[in-house]
Amino acid sequence: MQFEANYGYIALLLIVAIIFAASLIFLPFILSRLGIIPRKPDPVKTSTYECGMETVGKSWVQFNFRYYFYALLFVLFDIETVFLYPWAVHFKQLKLFGLVEMLIFIFVLAIGFVYAWRKGALEWK
Amino acid sequence: MEMMSVYSSLELDRAEGLAIDELIARSQQPIPDPDRWLEEERRPNVLITSVDAVLNWGRRSSVWPVNFGLACCAFEMIATAVSRFDIARFGMELFRASPRQADLMIVSGTLTWKMAPQLKRIYEQMPEPKWVLAMGVCAISGGTFAGSYSVVPGVNRIVPVDVYVPGCPPRPEALLYGIGMLHQKIAKDSIAVKR
Repeated sequence: MQFEANYGYIALLLIVAIIFAASLIFLPFILSRLGIIPRKPDPVKTSTYECGMETVGKSWVQFNFRYYFYALLFVLFDIETVFLYPWAVHFKQLKLFGLVEMLIFIFVLAIGFVYAWRKGALEWK
Repeated sequence: MEMMSVYSSLELDRAEGLAIDELIARSQQPIPDPDRWLEEERRPNVLITSVDAVLNWGRRSSVWPVNFGLACCAFEMIATAVSRFDIARFGMELFRASPRQADLMIVSGTLTWKMAPQLKRIYEQMPEPKWVLAMGVCAISGGTFAGSYSVVPGVNRIVPVDVYVPGCPPRPEALLYGIGMLHQKIAKDSIAVKR
């Protein structure tokens, strides 16, 4: 009996939460339809906000393709760091097995790194 | 080729100077304060007044200011915002970096003609209903710099002002009082009033 009563409270909370969220989404639509919320779009208001400045030029600017290599290499080392941290924290518990596993992991990443190096991805031409 | 001319600094300066000259020529008269609607004839109706009560309670309880500090008055505004004076008591602690989410513009300090187009643009990009609070004598009338060639003699030349808070700079208590006045003004708002 006790459990059922508790679940009842959760169901009540769920219903209230759904009604609250739905009303927050639909109330502005309804009030806007009724004309209670003012809606006055104009070219200045709908234009891009750029700290009050008028925007100049297009937003489609070309970047140097070399940044792409750097982003890829960054992801490589980022993932390495992400895996190294928990391994370092539990280094003593994992013992030799963890060390060997991590050496294999770094070896796999090193192959990719050497490949990128040999291909000249680290040089800014 | 046209793009190049826009990015040249000399052309940019000239274009900006011409735009500001044109703005100065257009803004010789102050914009009347938007308070005509306060005296407007109203026929109260249970439906309208109850909707008004809920709507105005919501609007005045969470007036989000746009993050716009101009001069030394901005420091008093910051002091008002942080823990000692604690603007969060009025649901206003969220200084928005975007005008899209803001209801109130606190013009805190001296407005120069060079900054005026940006202020006008940010004001125009705020969604209705929006309010403006002129903080300090510089924002009210130009203050010490009233006769200067570069200072706007009162921000009501650029945007309509709802509340004026005098002082040089006004203390945080004065700003809070001005915000209280604004709350009273918002409480008088009605969906029946056409603005």
